[in-house]
Amino acid sequence: MKAKVFVTLKSSVLDPQGTAIHHSVESLGFTGISAIRQGKYFEVSFDDAIGNEAAAESVEKIAKEVLTNPVIEDYSVEIMEG
Amino acid sequence: MKFGVVVFPGSNCDHDAYHVISKHVGQPVDFIWHKETDLSGFDAVIVPGGFSYGDYLRAGALARFSPVMKAVKNFAADGKYVFGICNGFQILCEAGLLPGALMRNSGLHFISRHVNLRVENTNTPFTSEYSNGRVLSIPIAHAEGNFTCDDATYNSLEENGQIVFRYCNASGDTTSGSNPNGARSSIAGICNVDRNVLGMMPHPERACEELLGSNDGRPMFSSLSGTISRLATLQ
Repeated sequence: MKAKVFVTLKSSVLDPQGTAIHHSVESLGFTGISAIRQGKYFEVSFDDAIGNEAAAESVEKIAKEVLTNPVIEDYSVEIMEG
Repeated sequence: MKFGVVVFPGSNCDHDAYHVISKHVGQPVDFIWHKETDLSGFDAVIVPGGFSYGDYLRAGALARFSPVMKAVKNFAADGKYVFGICNGFQILCEAGLLPGALMRNSGLHFISRHVNLRVENTNTPFTSEYSNGRVLSIPIAHAEGNFTCDDATYNSLEENGQIVFRYCNASGDTTSGSNPNGARSSIAGICNVDRNVLGMMPHPERACEELLGSNDGRPMFSSLSGTISRLATLQ
């Protein structure tokens, strides 16, 4: 099984990198963009021997305990079958 | 009395800390490799600056899982002294030994220069030799030093006197211009509620000799060593 983990800054946290990217994008002439926020993306692949349920449980824990700093970040997990 | 300096893969201020303890504080000091799990025999542990694990994932995030950090947590829980500097501060926040988090500097740049710090609390083992409100000149060298926390955490930091240093100008005023990295309320260093764990972004170990431009950092290490000596005579 493979899982995608998205880590994003909490909406209450300022994102200086996203703001800088936003300014660059605007300088290229793109208009009407209200915000750009930068995040992180991880792909976690499990051995076939690990059942889907166990893998899903693990990836949730990994996302929460390692990939995210709960003070500033939120995460979401997307399970890809196969 | 014995000091320890933790060494992670990527630590690069470990020798500076070792030098200050051995030469200026004049106390025994040993390096502690990050695989170590036994800290018995140490009275204080310095978690030094650098780029542990290349700052992969988040600054300090992977060092938290090194075997030594479990020992450091127990060490702190026993009331022993833990001093995190720069990357060490980031590691202590990631490990939950100190509240809050260090984010990318508001100006995005890595900043390496001397800044002014105001001593906000002299009633800690690390700052007892300073006078309240004293302005120190100490260098910073970081890209992720923008201290952030939620309102509830900030209020408890204030109420418990856990804010130990704030960035300020030469006359000791905190202004937006004197805040180098966008840190909340100009916070440069905090301690835990029990005051035996201190973390700060600036580098006091780089400000211990006139030749390097300032020795304002020295009282931090001598305060700590003095506290440990006094406790030893009481026992």
